[in-house]
Amino acid sequence: MKKYLSLFRIRFIHGLQYRAAAWAGVSTQFAWGSMTILMFWAFYQNSGNRFPMTFHQLSTYIWLQQAFLSLFMSWYFDNDIFESIIRGHVAYELCRPVDIYTMWFLKNMSVRLSRAVLRCMPILIAAVFLPKPFSVSPPADLTGALMFFVSISLGFLLMVAFSMLIYITAFTTISPLGIRILAVSTLEFFTGAIIPLPFFPEGLQKIMAILPFAYMQSTPFLIYIGSIMGPDILIGVLLQMIWLLMLILTGRTLMKKALKKVVIQGG
Amino acid sequence: MRLYLKYASIIFRSQMQYKASFIMSLIGQFLTAFTVYLGVYFMFTRFPSVNDFTYTEVLLCFSLMLASFSLAECFVRGFDTFPSIISNGEFDRIMVRPRNEIFQVLATRIEFSRLGRFLQAGFMLAYAIPKSGVAWTPDRILTLIIMIIGGFFVFSGLFIIYASICFFTLEGLEFMNIFTDGAREFGKYPFSIYGDGVLKFLTYVIPLALFQYYPFLYLTGKSDRILYMFLPLIAILFLVPCLLFWRFGLRHYKSTGS
Repeated sequence: MKKYLSLFRIRFIHGLQYRAAAWAGVSTQFAWGSMTILMFWAFYQNSGNRFPMTFHQLSTYIWLQQAFLSLFMSWYFDNDIFESIIRGHVAYELCRPVDIYTMWFLKNMSVRLSRAVLRCMPILIAAVFLPKPFSVSPPADLTGALMFFVSISLGFLLMVAFSMLIYITAFTTISPLGIRILAVSTLEFFTGAIIPLPFFPEGLQKIMAILPFAYMQSTPFLIYIGSIMGPDILIGVLLQMIWLLMLILTGRTLMKKALKKVVIQGG
Repeated sequence: MRLYLKYASIIFRSQMQYKASFIMSLIGQFLTAFTVYLGVYFMFTRFPSVNDFTYTEVLLCFSLMLASFSLAECFVRGFDTFPSIISNGEFDRIMVRPRNEIFQVLATRIEFSRLGRFLQAGFMLAYAIPKSGVAWTPDRILTLIIMIIGGFFVFSGLFIIYASICFFTLEGLEFMNIFTDGAREFGKYPFSIYGDGVLKFLTYVIPLALFQYYPFLYLTGKSDRILYMFLPLIAILFLVPCLLFWRFGLRHYKSTGS
């Protein structure tokens, strides 16, 4: 356990070094969030009351999404891991006395987490001081706030567990680029990164409820803005746990199978 | 030009060597654009119009933006991947060859799989052209073509700026994404919906609205000022400061030494 912790710490501190990149990211995300909110504002201005949430709730949702973007970014993949599979460096990793699934899992976590730590506060603080319907609001109530933290942690782990599956496919195809693009576009859409899930048509929302994607970023953010309330919070969190367990188990089994068959080309 | 075609055919054949990967990337590019389209579609199932623009009008606008962006991304890809050209020393090799640097950067990187987006743009265009309720007179057809051409050059200019900054920073500047990827994402709606401030900025500073919003007004018959039709041509002038900046950067270029 200790070795994994220190591995995580090294990676995490390493990630914190990139301050300049973080500031560039913060300003980009702030601009991106503002434009998204202005777009929704235009829609809210024009039409009747056919919104799944109030505009202030929506602004809060968008700002949370931008602030915690690094936790849930679907396009981020660690190229070192792909390289090590394709070029065969994975052989060295197998010699080490660590579990390779856990190690890669932590590696992914630490990169995402260190980026999020650097970026979330400036964005949220700036967003608090915006004029009323465009700003980020405090959480609905205390239980909502607490459950938000539980849920966002689970959603984050779920996201990492899913991306592990993509790494594992690289064992079977030499060129994982195609699968990567497919995975990214699916994730972007079904996790609600393009438009929040409550804006989807009803029928599709029912399908979403039985897929893992809704439990990544959508559940925690909806808990925060108070769209998911009362016993539904518990159900949501429970489903997050079940999906997390399932994805990790699948990942581990697939990894074991792949490693049994893995052929390291010499040289 | 003949040399360019030769380069293009070599690159095309080499990308065709990995057929499965090429087709998957093509489909992936297409799907990425398609999910964005679905986002627009879902919004319009709830709201009938935005700022007096109907669903089909927005589709028309979206497809024009996507078409010009994907063309630029396909053929001006060299500038988009410029950080890697600089950091692996390839640019030093380019500089010792007796040809124009811009030509070489353009000709050595062409990404045909990016045409997946163009495919999506084509489909939307084919759907939106008859359905949008625009009376397709010859001048409107001309406007449509001018808009795509203007967009292609403005996006190219933005990619050139992005690359020129690399002469100083040696790596890509994330903030530029808001003008390239961001313009593609947010340009699916006419820029006026983002409010006056944004529209003014995109008219006078980065001329994105010149090839999108104003000629689009003329296209949909919301304005009959013939001047709007030719604004994309003025937007092409944006290339001049971009190229000057490129030359300025080139003079300051120090190799990374690797």
